[in-house]
Amino acid sequence: MDLTTLFQQLINGLSLGSLYALIAIGYTMVYGILRLINFAHGDLLMVGAYVGVMGVGMFAWPWPAAFGLAVVLTGLMGVLLERGAYRPLRQAPRISLLISAIAASFLLENLALVIFGGRPKPFPAPPVFTGVFSLGGVFIPRLSLLIPALTALFLSLLFLMVYRTRAGRAMRAIAYDLETVSLMGVNINRIIALTFLLGSLLAGAGGLLWAMKYPQVNPFMGILPGLKAFIAAVLGGIGNLAGAVLGGLLLGLLEIMIVSLFPDWAGYRDALAFGLLIIILLARPTGLLGEALGEEKL
Amino acid sequence: MKKAWLNLAALAALALILGAAGQWANEYQVRLLNNMAIYITLAVGYNLINGVCGQLHLGPNAFITLGAYTAALLTLTPPEKAQLFFLTPLQWPLSEISLPFPLALLAGGVVAACFGVITGFPVFRVRGDYLAIITLGFGEVVRVLANNLQGLTNGPMGLKGLYPYTNLWWSWGVAAAAVVLVISLVNSSYGRAMRAIREDETAARAMGIDSFRLLMLAYVLSAFIFGVGGGLLAHLITTISPSLFTFFLTFNLLIIIVVGGLGSTTGAVMAAAVFTMAGEWLRVVEEPAVIGGINIPGVPGLRMVIFSLALLLAILFFRRGLLGRREFSWDACGRFLARLRNLKLET
Repeated sequence: MDLTTLFQQLINGLSLGSLYALIAIGYTMVYGILRLINFAHGDLLMVGAYVGVMGVGMFAWPWPAAFGLAVVLTGLMGVLLERGAYRPLRQAPRISLLISAIAASFLLENLALVIFGGRPKPFPAPPVFTGVFSLGGVFIPRLSLLIPALTALFLSLLFLMVYRTRAGRAMRAIAYDLETVSLMGVNINRIIALTFLLGSLLAGAGGLLWAMKYPQVNPFMGILPGLKAFIAAVLGGIGNLAGAVLGGLLLGLLEIMIVSLFPDWAGYRDALAFGLLIIILLARPTGLLGEALGEEKL
Repeated sequence: MKKAWLNLAALAALALILGAAGQWANEYQVRLLNNMAIYITLAVGYNLINGVCGQLHLGPNAFITLGAYTAALLTLTPPEKAQLFFLTPLQWPLSEISLPFPLALLAGGVVAACFGVITGFPVFRVRGDYLAIITLGFGEVVRVLANNLQGLTNGPMGLKGLYPYTNLWWSWGVAAAAVVLVISLVNSSYGRAMRAIREDETAARAMGIDSFRLLMLAYVLSAFIFGVGGGLLAHLITTISPSLFTFFLTFNLLIIIVVGGLGSTTGAVMAAAVFTMAGEWLRVVEEPAVIGGINIPGVPGLRMVIFSLALLLAILFFRRGLLGRREFSWDACGRFLARLRNLKLET
């Protein structure tokens, strides 16, 4: 592999990794607060992508309006999910909460199947996001540069929110001890809803970017990216925002690099992440940046 | 002693019903009954690890795939295999072997159980959500392997033209054996220890229960049952491919055991039967229909929406399921009959 190809693959891996990071943030925030794997988080990706397709493709709205609506609706869907499927079970045994999450995920997928049909829809990417840069003989799709840039923008906004505002402080406090914080007069339910909102907004944005990168939208498109993003979150140390970003980037780079270095293994690409997950949990269950977790948290 | 006779009588009644069904039921009904038995087998195995031990295992589809492929590769004859594997020839020992159906089923169970032993070590290092996602990963990994190991599985083309060995006797025989096996395990001291782990693992360990060993036992036994069930499934539908065994299959089993009541074997059996029937009745909603002169187009996929809603509602409002943790017993039956008799005497 020569240097230009390597460079191209690095950019590819970076853009895939940014997408994983964007999705992984939602998992890690919810896990940090509720100790719950939000199985339906990946499907929010699909919701965002479908709203985008409807807006841009069917109603021919200008893309900023359609994309904005897609992100906002996905965010609200996340809040609805928390209200409907998770909040009633907060005191219930953990297994019930997980089953509820799986049921919600299947419900979203099959509702999409009923509403939009099973045939994959092409995603009409607006011209701003298409086109190719040529940089000294290296051709790079504009999208591959836009994705990391946008991800960086969204994530810095999120970090500002979490580390510089009162709501963000409440969020971090809840992650330490939910009950004590509720005694301090913090409206727990509102902060949890806000957490879901933020995570889901990012998932909506991730869904749109994913749909433009792999320009097909189908009801089950969110499952695999969702699982991989979760693994990225575990890799970085679940509950840790910076860890999710790091894990996402690493996983993306690793996937692209393995496929480009060993093309014969391309078919096994989707199994790689799970193999990695097993290794992390065996060798370092806290992930790269995670703090020590007690046995009960595992 | 009396109970043993009652159990034997129940089995004899089942055999009688099966004989009658073999005689008079049409092909569609026989297929439905076979499906029902396979779902009962799988659900009872799933309930052991998920309901009785309380570990959310999300990978039955991996074990079912292994069982189905193993059994199918063993019952096919060498010429059939040569014909199927025209792109990449089948690995040597498998390409020459052909076993009778019962041995192939057993081998399917054993292979799945071995996979259980190997994977059990990493799996039971963790609990809760992590256990769920690792086992979910097994389903994905096995599917990826089945798609890519062409010399072993024939890749995405799958295996076709299996002989339909699965008949009512095999499917219901295996189902009955699985139920007896699981019930006797659950009622033993092992089963009590497993339930103790479900309620509070730390406390159970403090009482001297070796939780790893017991969870491993339940996990491997359920893997064996999945493997045998997978073999039956393969020889019922006679065509298998990797896309057949997605997470969807696991999801169906999860609905069954939650609706039946997590931890209740009786509930799992009943819910599996109801689920199979409901799947058929609900076909109506996916077919075009004319109601009162209005044409209503069928909605494909609506069945799964109804099933997922049912699971969500069951877990939100009806968490104990149909039976909670109660089990069928002859004593309870006797008490019920006595109460009926008393009612009659009073009126």
